[in-house]
Amino acid sequence: MAYNDKVIDHYENPRNVGTLDKNDSNVGTGLVGAPACGDVMRLQIQVSDDGVIEDAKFKTFGCGSAIASSSLVTEWVKGKRVEWAAELKNESIVEELSLPPVKVHCSVLAEDAIKAAVADWRQKKERKA
Amino acid sequence: MTIEKPVYMDNNSTTPLDPRVLEKMQPFLTKAFGNAASRSHHYGWVAEEAVDYAREQVAKLIGATPAEIIFTSGATESDNLALKGVAHLYGMTDADKIFLDAVAKGHADGSMPDAADKVPSRFGSVDLDAIAKEGAFEHFKSKGDHIITVRTEHKAILDSAKRLEKEGFRITYLDVGADGLLSLQTLEEAITDKTILVSVMMANNEIGVIQPIAEIGAICRKHKVVFHTDAVQAVGKVPVDVNALNVDLLSISGHKMYGPKGVGAIYVRRRRPRVRLEAGIDGGGHERGMRSGTLNVAGIVGLGAAAELCMKDLAADAERTRNLREKLWSKLSGELDELYLNGHAEHRLPGNLNVSFAYVEGEAMMMAIKDVAVSSGSACTSASLEPSYVLRALGIGDDLAHSSIRFGIGRFTTDEEVEFVGQIVVDAVRRLREMSPLYEMAKEGIDLNSIEWAAH
Repeated sequence: MAYNDKVIDHYENPRNVGTLDKNDSNVGTGLVGAPACGDVMRLQIQVSDDGVIEDAKFKTFGCGSAIASSSLVTEWVKGKRVEWAAELKNESIVEELSLPPVKVHCSVLAEDAIKAAVADWRQKKERKA
Repeated sequence: MTIEKPVYMDNNSTTPLDPRVLEKMQPFLTKAFGNAASRSHHYGWVAEEAVDYAREQVAKLIGATPAEIIFTSGATESDNLALKGVAHLYGMTDADKIFLDAVAKGHADGSMPDAADKVPSRFGSVDLDAIAKEGAFEHFKSKGDHIITVRTEHKAILDSAKRLEKEGFRITYLDVGADGLLSLQTLEEAITDKTILVSVMMANNEIGVIQPIAEIGAICRKHKVVFHTDAVQAVGKVPVDVNALNVDLLSISGHKMYGPKGVGAIYVRRRRPRVRLEAGIDGGGHERGMRSGTLNVAGIVGLGAAAELCMKDLAADAERTRNLREKLWSKLSGELDELYLNGHAEHRLPGNLNVSFAYVEGEAMMMAIKDVAVSSGSACTSASLEPSYVLRALGIGDDLAHSSIRFGIGRFTTDEEVEFVGQIVVDAVRRLREMSPLYEMAKEGIDLNSIEWAAH
């Protein structure tokens, strides 16, 4: 079972690894998973006033497929509207990264992460309003 | 000097075949192809002689006599044979005793006129009158049903024990301390008058920890309980003497000591006390009736040659691998923080290092150091998505279990390789920690245990 090239690429050429200011009102943070499970993803989005994701950053504690799944999500959501990001389905991640069945749960967690980030941003927006 | 990649540093998983061993095996894979059981011609005699010689070589390595070495297909088979062979010969389950009570009663009160026929011959000859009088539990008092082993044993032991449990034997799985060592007191307290076997591995395959086998053996002798040790990881790496260690049964694996895969042995004590086993494989009565089947002559020759080489080079190899291991540990612990050595630091195989790198997950590590061949206790690397049960038994916490890497330095590991691996690992850990939300949170002073994780 060799590692998939696309998965390795996300680790060797990381993009969007980092941290946004979670106290910023335009930033939505999704923190999902648990250390005991071996999978923790933190996905953050910086959203413009009219709902477009201007920037996205991630950090992940997890296997190569987990890192790649969360990294891929940050790539995909940049420049998109939050509504689009909220509808992201894990199956597209599985297909893009050719994840084997045993790694599908990594993509599910990445889907959870982006949804959590969007939910967090929405909640903040509500409180502001 | 160029290093061949990937660098092999997983010698606890398997070892390369020593070229000198291959050389000794070759004739038996080509022209000397006889069956060692062919008594009537030259081809057979050559094979038989080679097997006899190998038996001596293996015996010498562990301080046994050749008659006490039984060849098998490997240590998994040896472990199965030890556990099941002892249980079936020395033990009797409550179910069996209740059955015999019922038959004896039927025999005594006439309700079962053909009672004697109902008793399967595996029980040997049974005195139904005596059983009817005193009861089967009293009559068979000396045939217990209790086996003691340890939570950190190899699956070959644990799964064999589980199968015996299904048959009605009672198994105690002892816990170990945080350093992986079994407490002698814990063991002695677990022994009852129904205990027929204790099985404790000499050196653990994951964390390299070496148990106090001689002391455990002494306790078993005291209580007259058969003592088996899975010495697969220890034989050839540290001195092993079956008499000094007080063992009755001992498992050996060829491919863990620079020999071929598919061959192993079990040591079965013949004197003080004599131990017997019920065969697991029938068909011809080879190996003193304990293990039928045409002998894997080439494999056995390889095992013998490997044993002889280990004996010759044991002290030098041990010192060399220990020094290399210390060098690797110094590099890692010198440059990285939040590093944990799993298992006792001194009572340990010379070449084994099992390290948890906090905040970094094991499989991601392995991908990041793909030019190095090692293994991990992380769930992601196991088929079951469960982290290593050995690490869990140490009580280190699931997150650290997920962050562990096992390094196995061996006979062929070079200084350059250790330097290369040390640097690659340091770089990979640093990089992965930059990508780790946990490391960031920990550095900010957040107590990760205080967070309510939204686990999936």
